[in-house]
Amino acid sequence: MLLLQVDIAFIIEKLILITVILLGSLGIAMYATWAERKVAAVMQDRRGPNRAGPFGILQPLADGLKLFMKEEIIPERSTRVLFILGPCLAMLTACMTSAVVPWGPDFTLSNGHIVSLQVADINIGILFIFGVVSLGVYGIMLGGWASNNKFSLLSSIRAASQAISYELAMGISLIALLMMTGSLSLREIVSQQHGFWDGHWFTWYFFKQPLGFLIFLVCAFAELNRAPFDLAEAESELNMGYHLEYSSMKLGFYLFAEYVNMFVSSAIMATLFFGGYNFPFMDAVAQHVPAWLFTLLCVGVLMTKIIGFILFFMFVRWTLPRFRYDQLMRLGWKSLIPLALVNMLITGIVILWVLK
Amino acid sequence: MEQLTNRAQAVNRSPMTFSERIYLPAIFKGLTITLGHIFKKKATYNYPEVKRPFSPTFRGLHVLNRDEEGRERCTACGLCALACPAEAITMEAAERKPGEENLYREEKYAAKYEINMLRCIFCGFCEEACPKDAIYMSETVMPANYTRESFIYKKEDLLIPHPKKQENA
Repeated sequence: MLLLQVDIAFIIEKLILITVILLGSLGIAMYATWAERKVAAVMQDRRGPNRAGPFGILQPLADGLKLFMKEEIIPERSTRVLFILGPCLAMLTACMTSAVVPWGPDFTLSNGHIVSLQVADINIGILFIFGVVSLGVYGIMLGGWASNNKFSLLSSIRAASQAISYELAMGISLIALLMMTGSLSLREIVSQQHGFWDGHWFTWYFFKQPLGFLIFLVCAFAELNRAPFDLAEAESELNMGYHLEYSSMKLGFYLFAEYVNMFVSSAIMATLFFGGYNFPFMDAVAQHVPAWLFTLLCVGVLMTKIIGFILFFMFVRWTLPRFRYDQLMRLGWKSLIPLALVNMLITGIVILWVLK
Repeated sequence: MEQLTNRAQAVNRSPMTFSERIYLPAIFKGLTITLGHIFKKKATYNYPEVKRPFSPTFRGLHVLNRDEEGRERCTACGLCALACPAEAITMEAAERKPGEENLYREEKYAAKYEINMLRCIFCGFCEEACPKDAIYMSETVMPANYTRESFIYKKEDLLIPHPKKQENA
C-alpha cells in the first residue's frame, strides 16, 4: 500500500517546475542561436538578422519552421535505428543535466509549504552531471557511426577522444573544488557561497579556486565542442562533421543540443564558481523586499550570470581560430591534466596545513 | 634558388615562449580586438529603408529624352548603335509627316528603338555619342525579370514621360 500513497501535490509541483525549466532552457537556447548570429555580426561590423520582427527576434521561430519543413533524409546504407537514436540522445542528455541545478532559494508559501526551485536535490549532483555529460558523447558517436560516412566517423572519433581527454582534466579540477566544499550536492555548494563576502574573503569559489575555474572553463569549451575546440564540426576539413548526413529536424536537434548544453554548462559554472543565485548584499535586500520578489531576484541573478557566460562563449567563438588536433591533445594531456593535478595538490596542502 | 623579389621574409620557427604557450595573453588581446569592434560603425546600409547614394557618374538604365515641349529628341542617326561596343541598340528611322511636328523635334525620327539590356554593358558610350542629347543614363538599376523578351526595352519603355500630357507619370 505504501507504493500507492503518492503525493499528488508533490508530483504536480515537480511537474510544473520541470516544465518551466525545460521550456526556459529551450527558450534560452533558442534565443542563444539568435544571439550568436547577432554577436557574430556586431563583431564583424555587420548587422545580423534584422528582418523577422523587430531586431530579428522572430528569427529562431523562422529557423525552426524551416528545419521542420525540410525533407527528412535517412541514408540507405545507414543503421536506421542508431541514426535516429543519435540526435535524440544528444538532445535528451542536454536537457537532463538541468535537473540538479538549484535555480533559486527555497520559497515558502503562505500556508507554510516550502517550494524548492530545484527538481531533484540529489546528494551526488556533480557526479550526476558528469555521468549525463559523458553520455552526451554517445549521441555524437552513434550519429557519426550510423551515418556510414567516413567524414562523420572521423569527426565522431575526434569528438569522442576530445570529450574523454578533457573530462579527465575537468574532473580533477573539480576534485580540488570538492575538497573545499566537502559535498557533491549542488544545493550545499551554493549555500556555502552565500552572499559575497564572509568577513575574511570572498565566498564565491571562483576567488578560492581561480586556477580550477580556468581549467574547468577550458574543458567546458572542449566538452561543448565549441570553438576553438570545434574539431568535430571542422567544416573546412570534415564537411560539418558528425551531422553531415543529417537533415531536417534531426540536424536541428544536434545544432540545438549544442546550445542547450551551452546553457546548462553556463548554469553549472555559475553555480559551482560564481555563487549560483547568490549576490552581494543579498541579506540586506532580503529584509526589504517581499519573499516572492526576493526569489525572483535570485533567479534573475542566476540567469544574468548564465547569460554572461553564454555571451563569453560566443565572444571566444568569434575571436579564436580552431585548434589543430595535435595541439588540442597536447593542451589536454600535457598541460591541463598536470595543471589540474598541481592545483589539486596545492589545495590539499593548503587545507591540511594552512587552514586546519 | 634565385629569388624573384626581395620581399621574402624568414619565418620565425623558434619554439614558443612560456607566455605564448599558455595562450591566455594572446586570447585576451584577441578578445579586446573583437570586443572593440562592437562599438565600430557598421558598414552595412539597411537597404530597402536606407538607400546608398549613387556616385555622380553612375550609369544606370537608359532614358530617351524629350525637349521642353515634349517632342522626342532622337533623330535615329544611329550614332549610338555605332558606338555601342555590345551591339545592344537597334533602331529603324522614319520620316516625320506633316502634322506630327508636335511629336518629333527633327524631320527624321526613330520609328523603332530597342535596347537589349542583356547585351548592354552600361558603358555610357551611347550617351557620349548622341549629338542630340536624346539618350541619357539614369540613376535606376535595371530590374530583374523572368523572360528574355522582357529585357528588350522598346521605345515606349525608354521614353521619359511627356512633360505636359503625363504629369508626374
